[in-house]
Amino acid sequence: METGSPHDTGTADAQETPTPATADVPAPDAGTEPDAGAEPVWRALPPGLLTMRRLLLVVWLGLLTLATALVPGLLAGPAWGAFAVLPLALLLWGWVMLERNWRSWRYAERADDLLISRGVLWHEETVVPYGRMQLVEVTSGPVERHFGLASVQLHTAAAATDATIPGLDPAEAERLRDRLTQLGEARSAGL
Amino acid sequence: MTAPGVQEDVTGRPPVTERRLHPVTPLRRAWAPVAVLMGWAVHDPDGAQRQLTRLTTTTLLVGLGVLIPAAALYGFLSWWYTHFAVTESELRVRTGLLFRRTAHIRLERIQAIDVTQPLLARVAGVAKLKLDVIGTDKKDELAFLGAGEARALRAELLARAAGFAPESAHEVGEAPSRQMLRVPPGVLAVSLLLTGATWVWLLVAAVALPLLWTATHSLWTVLAAGVPMLGAAGASSVGRFVAEYDWTLGESPDGLRIDHGLLDRAHETVPPGRVQTVRLVEPLLWRRRGWVRVELDVAGSSNSLLLPVAPRAMAESVVARVLPGVTVPPREAFSRPPRGARWCVPVWWRGHGLAVTDAVFASRRGLLRRSLSLVPHAKVQSVRLAQGPWQRAHGVADVHVDTGANGTVTARLRPAEEAAALLHSQAERSRTGRRDALPDRWMA
Repeated sequence: METGSPHDTGTADAQETPTPATADVPAPDAGTEPDAGAEPVWRALPPGLLTMRRLLLVVWLGLLTLATALVPGLLAGPAWGAFAVLPLALLLWGWVMLERNWRSWRYAERADDLLISRGVLWHEETVVPYGRMQLVEVTSGPVERHFGLASVQLHTAAAATDATIPGLDPAEAERLRDRLTQLGEARSAGL
Repeated sequence: MTAPGVQEDVTGRPPVTERRLHPVTPLRRAWAPVAVLMGWAVHDPDGAQRQLTRLTTTTLLVGLGVLIPAAALYGFLSWWYTHFAVTESELRVRTGLLFRRTAHIRLERIQAIDVTQPLLARVAGVAKLKLDVIGTDKKDELAFLGAGEARALRAELLARAAGFAPESAHEVGEAPSRQMLRVPPGVLAVSLLLTGATWVWLLVAAVALPLLWTATHSLWTVLAAGVPMLGAAGASSVGRFVAEYDWTLGESPDGLRIDHGLLDRAHETVPPGRVQTVRLVEPLLWRRRGWVRVELDVAGSSNSLLLPVAPRAMAESVVARVLPGVTVPPREAFSRPPRGARWCVPVWWRGHGLAVTDAVFASRRGLLRRSLSLVPHAKVQSVRLAQGPWQRAHGVADVHVDTGANGTVTARLRPAEEAAALLHSQAERSRTGRRDALPDRWMA
């Protein structure tokens, strides 16, 4: 938790709603490895990702709203401009949905594996043991860079493993990358 | 300052001897221009005929005089510039005249070795050798080697990969193999007759072709539709019979040996501990006879069949050999999805089932054509839980288990609490399951 306060608010949000899944983790050899069965410390994503996604939403849907209001409104009569309500409603709905989705993303580094949990309606939870990690990738696109964000992606020998954590602080992303690589090396198990 | 030391070290090692492929290889390459011409002729028969009538003897001779040496030169050069060498830890393949390419294939990463002999290669007494490592493709196969040379090279590669000392590796020779099972041709033929695909294609052809004929009265349309249909029917019956003929499964210290083929012979060796998933498939019409097909996944390998057909008990004993310490869970051991699942997958929900033993994650599905997938815990790369809104409303979730052979085995429609517990316990088992796994170098 040394990377600082921006995460703390998010963590608090996430911990208000612990899933039943994490409450009763059965660990066959919990006696020998105290960490393995312990309650995972969930971390949420920094608010930067939400800001970025909302901005993108407002820019694109805002333009669409303007277009659907102006084009029929000017060509066919002001009443037709009411079509703009549709993208506007979509915008408002997306605004709320983005926050719900952002809130649902969280990850936990346990002693031997990484947990990633995401999705509200389509909930998905991934567990990747550190030993199976083949490659850790940190990526940051131009928009992400502008908002000071980076995503971390884990690859295992299975292409189906879908373990990406988007919108992290670059410092946190680097810390995570270094830690994962280090742990992966120590527990390496390959195929 | 370190450069001289490195140099000494490099020269101090025994020199790597590079070898070339068998001299018949250029003939294979020489086919390319001929194949292009043939392809053009088939694609555009009218145009080809017009061009042919226009040709005079002289132009034909000049054309052949240019084409044959060009093809021969191409074949010769591509053969001349292909080298391979076996070093202490890798197989190096160097190819290319203009675009150089060197592949270093690490021997301890071997997933399987295939030696295949297409019909013409059998006549010529040569064979292809392919090392299956994740990421290798057709470019990395050694085609062609002399048949005896290919076997000797396979033995040497396996010995080195197994961990024998490099000096003695080429003297170890072929590991003794013990035959486990041989599929009789009669049983294979009957099993293919009882497979639905052939009959479905024949039925479709029998219905669709007369209809097409009455509708169009055009022979070409009927042929264009009929040939692919009959081809598909043939591929799923005769084609499979020819490919799976004389299927022999052997066991040796170097792992599993699979030999098969009527015209093209293939010999595959899968070292111990390379099998990622095993599937027992039981088509509807095979059930009365108690037959199953056994499929397997090996990372980087294109072959996915272990046994085309075998009695269930025998198949289970083979599975126990292939995945040491694994027994196929009996039908009663599988727990069904809860009743709520019938709203998510009507009728077929009954076909799904899950059994987790201390060695294997087993998932069953299908009502008519039953399929049972087994993943040893040590082969699990990651575990995922997925739950859609409709599934949540009925209190079920899916658990996906990903393996290194790009396969995913799914336990569908588990009760939500069980799925959540399974997610974590499976990750734990996959991590600890690795501790008593065999080392990559299995004889070391």
